[in-house]
Amino acid sequence: MIWVFAIVMGVAVAAGTYLALSRDLFRMVVGLSVIGAALNLLLFAAGRLDSTAPPIIRAGEQVLAHAANPLPQALALTAIVIGFALLCFSLVLVVRLMRATGTDDARALRAAEPPSGEGVKPPLEDI
Amino acid sequence: MLVLLPLLVPLTTALACVLAAPSPRLQLALSWAGALALLGCAVALLVQVETGGTARLALGNWPPPFGIEFAADRLSAAMVLVAALMGAAALGFQAAAAESAHGALLPLVHGLLAGACGALLTADLFNLYVWFELMLICALGLLVRGGTARTLEATLKYFALNMVGTLLLLAAVALLYGATGHLNFGALGAAARQMDAAALSPFVALLVLAVLMKAGAFPLYAWLPAAYHTLPAPLLALFAALLTKVGVYALLRLLGDVFAGSPALLYQALGWIAVLTMVSGVLGAAYHWDMRRILAFHIVSQIGYMLLGIALASPAGSAGAMFYMWHNMVVKGALILIAAMVFRLAGHYDLRRVGGLYAARPWLATLFLIAAFAQVGIPPLSGFWGKLLLVRESFAQGEALWGAVALGVGALTLYSMAKIWLEAFWKPHPDPAWQPPRARLAPAYAVTATLAALALGVGVYPEPFIAFAGDAAQALGGGR
Repeated sequence: MIWVFAIVMGVAVAAGTYLALSRDLFRMVVGLSVIGAALNLLLFAAGRLDSTAPPIIRAGEQVLAHAANPLPQALALTAIVIGFALLCFSLVLVVRLMRATGTDDARALRAAEPPSGEGVKPPLEDI
Repeated sequence: MLVLLPLLVPLTTALACVLAAPSPRLQLALSWAGALALLGCAVALLVQVETGGTARLALGNWPPPFGIEFAADRLSAAMVLVAALMGAAALGFQAAAAESAHGALLPLVHGLLAGACGALLTADLFNLYVWFELMLICALGLLVRGGTARTLEATLKYFALNMVGTLLLLAAVALLYGATGHLNFGALGAAARQMDAAALSPFVALLVLAVLMKAGAFPLYAWLPAAYHTLPAPLLALFAALLTKVGVYALLRLLGDVFAGSPALLYQALGWIAVLTMVSGVLGAAYHWDMRRILAFHIVSQIGYMLLGIALASPAGSAGAMFYMWHNMVVKGALILIAAMVFRLAGHYDLRRVGGLYAARPWLATLFLIAAFAQVGIPPLSGFWGKLLLVRESFAQGEALWGAVALGVGALTLYSMAKIWLEAFWKPHPDPAWQPPRARLAPAYAVTATLAALALGVGVYPEPFIAFAGDAAQALGGGR
């Protein structure tokens, strides 16, 4: 089981990194989110994968024996919520940016950069 | 309970400000009440920590290694106080801003404060990640205000690069949890001392890399100068005081306290990163003529000094880093706010288009001189003592090159400050018909004068502050 997890994580991180390195803004944000999903799996796997029994102490017993670790589930759930919020924000941001600039090429985004000049001083900006 | 108040107050204020959005007047009043209450809580917490030792709170009565714990030692409590002070300063300056308040501005500012206070007070690694995310999402909301192509683009760059740091942080948290089985700082530290350092240090290094990205260290700071200059000045001051400094705090907490026994190679690498951060930041600032860009690069450069203190891995080094961080949060905020006043009076952020302010506003020039000399590190101002502590400890440890670079970067910082002084204050205004406009700047003067007075007061009478930083550093794991 852990090997399946490891391979899936590796493939997802590789795919996400490939997308995140793209100059297409849309692919870039989706790629970052794919890496985030892979890391949620990592978070989940960090708490052992050996049991599927629910972590509930049965009536009459004192110790939780051989149950799934509940903590990574809580961590992964938190990370999913945060990742989802950031994904939604970034998708809207990219759409707004594409409408405002008319491009989705990261190399064409120069509005917030200093204009390139030849001299020792940067050229004057209007803003 | 007092430990949790600096977190609950800004969270409640943020929610109340959202609900009060239809009435700007009520929203402003609530925001002020929240900022002052936070300041009061921070002072009370510092007093309690100073008299009663580290304050701890285990949420839900789960004993420490299992539940989420909040803890305030001297370092955390003092950071919370400075953060609350800078929050109040930014809001006070905002009262003088020309633009009408945007409905989402105040909730986001308080959300940012809540995230910073949470990150400063938590004693749980995953919780630290959550507070960093709260800060990130609030910072994104503040950056994207206005919605012009310029701010949207800056927000995207800020988002993409910070997101990489976030993902690295999450990966490091998961790996450390998998390796040790703990998330609580105390339990993590105990487990790390039990384990083979070689097995754990790759994960610690990944964590350090992620936090360095958040702190804006060389070569991971590209998000900072790409985005900060699009912010309105009061927010820029708040960002400068909170975001990167919380990253530095996290690094100090992790490398100086929790994983204090990490291999020397890690600290050695951090020292060179610190040196390169100082140099590259100050050279970036030397090129630029836009005050916001100059000051944004100086944020990076000053981060290097704090990293240097952490890299020295001794109580004296940590104390120097703390003193420098507290000094810098105040002084950097003051400089940015003064730049904003220059903009309001002279009409531009670019130094080639302003001038004549020494004749027109001599008191503003005096305030700038105090803040600029404090940043450069000229006695008797606060920056001098911070640099003295760091440089003395560098030479004491035989790291003469690190200390020498720190001194040289001080000279280059003086060059940037002299540039602002000569261009904005000394030379006549390029437009001969220019007259300073009648702007409502009284709150701005009050705020910057308070911050400059702090820099001067700490500089003239540094003894209790240095002793406090020393005590705080002794209490960290690095003092063992």
